[in-house]
Amino acid sequence: MNTLEILFFALSAFAIISAIMVLISKNPIHSVLWLILVFFSISGHYILLNAQFLAIVNIIVYAGAIMVLFLFVIMLMNVKKDKEPQKQLWVKLIGVIAGGSFLTLLIALVKQNTSFQGRDVLLKEGNIGLIHPLGVALFTDYVVPFEISSVLFLSAMVGAVIIGKK
Amino acid sequence: MTLLALDWAIIIEKLILIVIIVLTTLLITLYTTFGERKVAAILQDRPGPNRAGPFGLLQPLADGLKLIMKEEIIPTSASKWLFILGPGLAMTASLMTSAVIPWGTEIHLFGRTIELQVADINIGLLYVFAVVSMGVYGIMIGGWASNNKFSLMSALRAASQAISYEIAMGLALIALLMSTGTLSLKTIVADQAAGHWWNVVYQPLGFLIFFICAMAECNRTPFDLPEAENELNFGYHQEYSSMKLGFYLFAEYVNMIMSSAIMASMYFGGYDLPFFDETTVAPNIAAIIGVGTLLIKIVLFVFLFMWIRWTIPRFRYDQLMNLGWKKMIPLALFNMLITGAIILSKS
Repeated sequence: MNTLEILFFALSAFAIISAIMVLISKNPIHSVLWLILVFFSISGHYILLNAQFLAIVNIIVYAGAIMVLFLFVIMLMNVKKDKEPQKQLWVKLIGVIAGGSFLTLLIALVKQNTSFQGRDVLLKEGNIGLIHPLGVALFTDYVVPFEISSVLFLSAMVGAVIIGKK
Repeated sequence: MTLLALDWAIIIEKLILIVIIVLTTLLITLYTTFGERKVAAILQDRPGPNRAGPFGLLQPLADGLKLIMKEEIIPTSASKWLFILGPGLAMTASLMTSAVIPWGTEIHLFGRTIELQVADINIGLLYVFAVVSMGVYGIMIGGWASNNKFSLMSALRAASQAISYEIAMGLALIALLMSTGTLSLKTIVADQAAGHWWNVVYQPLGFLIFFICAMAECNRTPFDLPEAENELNFGYHQEYSSMKLGFYLFAEYVNMIMSSAIMASMYFGGYDLPFFDETTVAPNIAAIIGVGTLLIKIVLFVFLFMWIRWTIPRFRYDQLMNLGWKKMIPLALFNMLITGAIILSKS
């Protein structure tokens, strides 16, 4: 095992454990904090894939802004575990069965797909996640969708300011 | 590449550099608290701390000793792990910025060339921005875990204030990125040192916006609403005692030093000493002069922070939000447009 593989498996284990903790934490605040750790380990994966720009944007947007808003809302709503309505047993059972069958389906698909077989993860290859190639691609090949989405963001910002003025 | 074939020398070199940077920052922080009290005293026409040691120079040590010796209290209704995590996170987030700051050029030691920067990543500016957006977690977690209404209110205030001012800060950074054309802090400083004008000449409005936002992100007066003592008692660290409180207080000063270092590097030439030709002295001496120059710039910025704190009274909360959303953001957008227009007309 080389250094990259050790890092890859450590990050994967970290991501999966944090994701499970998001689900099984009783307190919503703890769930949000574990979710932040998930985003950090995914950013670590991006860095292994030589996509530094994606890694840092993932941290800025998700861990830095969206999760703060999540925390903000949960703290304001003051959700307590004892006040939360408990789900019925049969609802939980249905959830387990549906989720389990979806997982089986996914595993079967991945196992049957020949393009995945015998392949190792690609690490430190490709440069589309670096800022310069990504910027060139966005402003040449994908310039129309890029500009349309920027108009969308601008309108959301204007909307926020207008709501704030009322 | 196997585990043992790593370049151990560079790892050890970077570790030593990190330890030196962190220890120096903490030492400067100690004396920044002293400086703050002295500056406040001078502005209010009183002597200030002058009992411990000559000129009161041992005062920071006495303060630190007092904080450590105090009884450590964790409220019974607090969320214990998060209560301990809060101050640690605040300190970590404020120290993390130091990784991308170029403290000097490079020194030659034992036949090796040592860069005086921990990591020259090609996303330096964005890294700074990411760490700034992480900074609010220490306050939010601490405020929530204390299980105290005032602390929670203060944590919510801190979060909304940080998010509001981050937008204008990001827009100011974009304008700087447009005029320099690079995200790497090392290249930005090297360009300024290589005979160009400092970036503040090209981006005066951007610098002003960044400076105000940095003050808001550090929770310094007039933006210290999260710890407004006449409304919220003591804000998010009300339930904290002993060294945990000390960590929160120190983190604010470390934040101040780090944002001063960032501003000095981005807008004021970093380690560049003006009107001085570095090639006339030995490279090692030039590097040391560079580090000294950056430190002097940092101290000047920190003094500016303190001067403003003891001159301007605190905002009301709605004034703070109005300034952030209705003045800073339109101003930052205007700055971006102007920068774009100038770049377009030049090319």
